[in-house]
Amino acid sequence: MNQSLHLWLIPLLPFIGFLLNGLLGRRLPKTIVSAVALLAPLGSFLIVLLASRAVLPHAETYGTWISTASFNIDLTFVLDQPSLVMLLVITGVGFLIHIYSVGYMHSDEGYWRYFAYLNLFLFFMTTLVLAGNALLMFVGWEGVGLASYLLIGFWFQKNSAADAGKKAFIVNRIGDFGFLIGLFLLIANFGTLSFSDLAAKIAANPTMTGGILTAIALCLFVGAAGKSAQLPLYVWLPDAMEGPTPVSALIHAATMVTAGVYMVARTHFIFDRSPLALSVVAIIGAATALFAATIGLVQTDIKRVLAYSTVSQLGYMFLGCGVAAYSAAIFHLMTHAFFKALLFLAAGSVIHAMGGEQDMRKMGGLRTKTPITYWTMTAAVFAISGFPFLSAFFSKDAILAAAFASGSLGKLLWFVGLVTAGLTAFYMFRLWYLTFFGETRGHDAHPHESPWSMLGPLVILAILSIGGGWIGAGRFGAFLSPALGTETEELTGSLEYIMMALAVAAGFVGWLIAHRMYHQRSVAAQLAAPAPAGYNLLQNKYYVDEFYGLTIVRPLIYLSKYLLEWVVDVAILGGLAWILATLAVFSGAILQRWQSGNIRSYAAWLALGAAVLLYFVLAPHVFGAPSLHLGMAGH
Amino acid sequence: MHIVSHEVPLVWYLILSAVLFCLGVVGFLIKRNLITVFMSIELMLNAVNLSFVTFAHQWHEVKGQIFVFFVMMVAAAEAAVGLAIIIAVFRARSTLAVDRIDLMKL
Repeated sequence: MNQSLHLWLIPLLPFIGFLLNGLLGRRLPKTIVSAVALLAPLGSFLIVLLASRAVLPHAETYGTWISTASFNIDLTFVLDQPSLVMLLVITGVGFLIHIYSVGYMHSDEGYWRYFAYLNLFLFFMTTLVLAGNALLMFVGWEGVGLASYLLIGFWFQKNSAADAGKKAFIVNRIGDFGFLIGLFLLIANFGTLSFSDLAAKIAANPTMTGGILTAIALCLFVGAAGKSAQLPLYVWLPDAMEGPTPVSALIHAATMVTAGVYMVARTHFIFDRSPLALSVVAIIGAATALFAATIGLVQTDIKRVLAYSTVSQLGYMFLGCGVAAYSAAIFHLMTHAFFKALLFLAAGSVIHAMGGEQDMRKMGGLRTKTPITYWTMTAAVFAISGFPFLSAFFSKDAILAAAFASGSLGKLLWFVGLVTAGLTAFYMFRLWYLTFFGETRGHDAHPHESPWSMLGPLVILAILSIGGGWIGAGRFGAFLSPALGTETEELTGSLEYIMMALAVAAGFVGWLIAHRMYHQRSVAAQLAAPAPAGYNLLQNKYYVDEFYGLTIVRPLIYLSKYLLEWVVDVAILGGLAWILATLAVFSGAILQRWQSGNIRSYAAWLALGAAVLLYFVLAPHVFGAPSLHLGMAGH
Repeated sequence: MHIVSHEVPLVWYLILSAVLFCLGVVGFLIKRNLITVFMSIELMLNAVNLSFVTFAHQWHEVKGQIFVFFVMMVAAAEAAVGLAIIIAVFRARSTLAVDRIDLMKL
């Protein structure tokens, strides 16, 4: 065992920040709150940087959590290649977003509360990533759900925000249910939850495929689909945009929602043995990517466009996982963290500039008024659209190539991914044109550039979005292969370049259409034009929320109201309670006569009691007959 | 030890003690005046003292006698405190009827 890297400090620092700000923040001046909140992720980031030079994988055990005869859970943190990448993203991007938040939230009343929650999130997220067993991961998993709930509903005075928080939490519970069942199945079949032990046990059984492993993999994937907003559980993520924009950037774009991808990659040894589960993951991923991208085409709220874009990009990552290209998925996860965090932060800067307006129809012409926001957003838009040599170009290409190379189903999924790439470019450039070009359509907005605390992170993230792809191009698979297994098939030679050219072409087509629709024709005319067929369907997000409302929420409410409330609660439980209460009232009415408050009546009862006792004690002696045995009556 | 014949029999003392005790109990239960109630309590205590002394004499045990002193001492202390309370109650309520004094608050 090599020297300790003190991995425990990585989650602990944000936790201390949470405690300080959470308990004392209300009374502390803003500068101290910010300092505490910023130092925590910075410290964690530095520790991760130091740790990154160590020999990987590196495991540290801090004690035993659960210990029974047949089943043990240790408090173990594992630093290996995927967790290192995740930690760098979480603490690094997290730190940038903390800086941004100082500027974005500066006039909010709940400033200290906001940073306390944000640090709490980092604590749970780093725990999730570092966890060496599935149960510890589950703790982090639930914890980030809690932090997400708290931050979505941060402006809880607003009904929509409070509702969105609840929706996110409840939908996530459905996923967590699957995750838990998966964990129980793992315990029942393998007797351990440690990832390394599980991997070893499965590796020791080369013939073990399908069956129970498929069941476990699908259960785990239900959890991943909930957390990472995949079909059919994606509905919470667009609503989560009710939270402050930096929260959307950190939790609902860069880090938390990618936990599902990370979890699938972490348990890839289970998925690898189950072709069926892999196919399901790939199909769900591709379907989600296409589905969300189509909804994103027509959204008018700038953050909702980005939200559906996030769902769509997460679909890409699952598509990568589903064709066993885990390292490509993690690679896309990283580049996505860069450009999507940037997109959200830049959108936040736009919203800030427009004085809280989120409707893109009321924006426009911000190019000259907020130049730095414009340029950084441009970098992100080009990056996500797969513009050559920007970050998503490499990662998206890696996923699409892996999909193409993985058989006939893969070809279909590749095509879906390609179409999605075009759609992605379209809706991103649509956002770009609507926001930054043309005339300002807002009525009373006086757009102004944001402070440097917000622009600084934008610039850094822009550099990462442009250059981030070079970190991993060609090398990422080799770097991750010790932990995630070797890449499946590689495309060779000209075919790979054709793939790249097609992906880039799809992006350009999307850009071209957006350019024709939103730039060449005036936007006003565009908005006034009659809606094409299907527009309403997309505008209403395929009526999925309404469908869920009708098939799940409404029956549940009726069930709760008529069966559970009226029959079970009012009739049965209420009736029982009524019987007990009446019994108590009657007996009380009788017994209260003793409690007259009259001292002499008490004394009379006392005397009577003494006399009766005395009689029973003495009666055998006096009358000679042991009429009643009261212990001492015998002698 | 033989009980000498010209002495009063033991049982007489005990019957006297029981009668006194019952008088005390009955007085406590039926009298309304607080001072009478108080005196009834003293009567009960002294009835018990009498039986203590009787048995102490019977068994030639000094413990019974000592107990009587304890009881008398407690009774004296009780009388001092009790009379003080009675005076306070009378000043506050202008009555010593037990039935009317049913609140802890003055």
